[in-house]
Amino acid sequence: MDTIFYIKGDTLVVCLSGEIDHHVAEKIRNDIDDEIKLYETKNLIMDFSKVTFMDSSGVGVVLGRYKKVGELGGTVTIRNADRLVKQILDMSGIFSLMKYEETEN
Amino acid sequence: MEGNIVKLEFEALPENQGFARSVVSAYCVSLDPTLEELTEIKTAVSEAVSNAIIHGYERKGTGQIEMELKTMDKDKVYIKITDYGKGIRDIKKAREPMFSTEESREMSGMGFTVMESFVDKVFVESEPDKGTAVTLIKYLDTYYGV
Repeated sequence: MDTIFYIKGDTLVVCLSGEIDHHVAEKIRNDIDDEIKLYETKNLIMDFSKVTFMDSSGVGVVLGRYKKVGELGGTVTIRNADRLVKQILDMSGIFSLMKYEETEN
Repeated sequence: MEGNIVKLEFEALPENQGFARSVVSAYCVSLDPTLEELTEIKTAVSEAVSNAIIHGYERKGTGQIEMELKTMDKDKVYIKITDYGKGIRDIKKAREPMFSTEESREMSGMGFTVMESFVDKVFVESEPDKGTAVTLIKYLDTYYGV
């Protein structure tokens, strides 16, 4: 359930994995914020393809990062979420704020 | 018609969110749910248990959470999650989407909304300083005939 990061230009790509609940949400958000600070990337892509479970804590993580990245003029993109993860994100109107994309792995 | 009653009690520790999900999963297997139904049940349980840990017991990591599972009419799962914490002052408000008592901590305020979307019935009983009981009922699809 380690989060993997890589950088592409001025974008930080975060590959989340395993189960996301309130227990681990805080660590995930701190890890992402640390990486953004360290590499001074502008945009953020959050990839959910390796996420096996997510509850509404994930919504908090996404919205919080959206706010932070947005303050510095960057964008957040959600990538490869399964149907239920997408449904939870959609309930909170996330896709009216940010882009969604699917990529081949 | 009720059967196969399971009751358990665990401490309000964050790591027990995952434990509660695993227990519910294991319980439901004999009812042969679809993978999607199982995930929906686990998600709703995760929300209710998170609420008890974060709001009911205010993240103190102390206090007991009770979970009661039973099967109704062979194809409905009944899950009741009870805490003896702070209670909810305004249940109607708490159930509104995006409402949170902790805006600053990046809480989504979507807990009850997720529960309501993923299971068929959500009942909330609560009294300030006495505690909260959330009952979730999920109807499982059953296949008849050939």
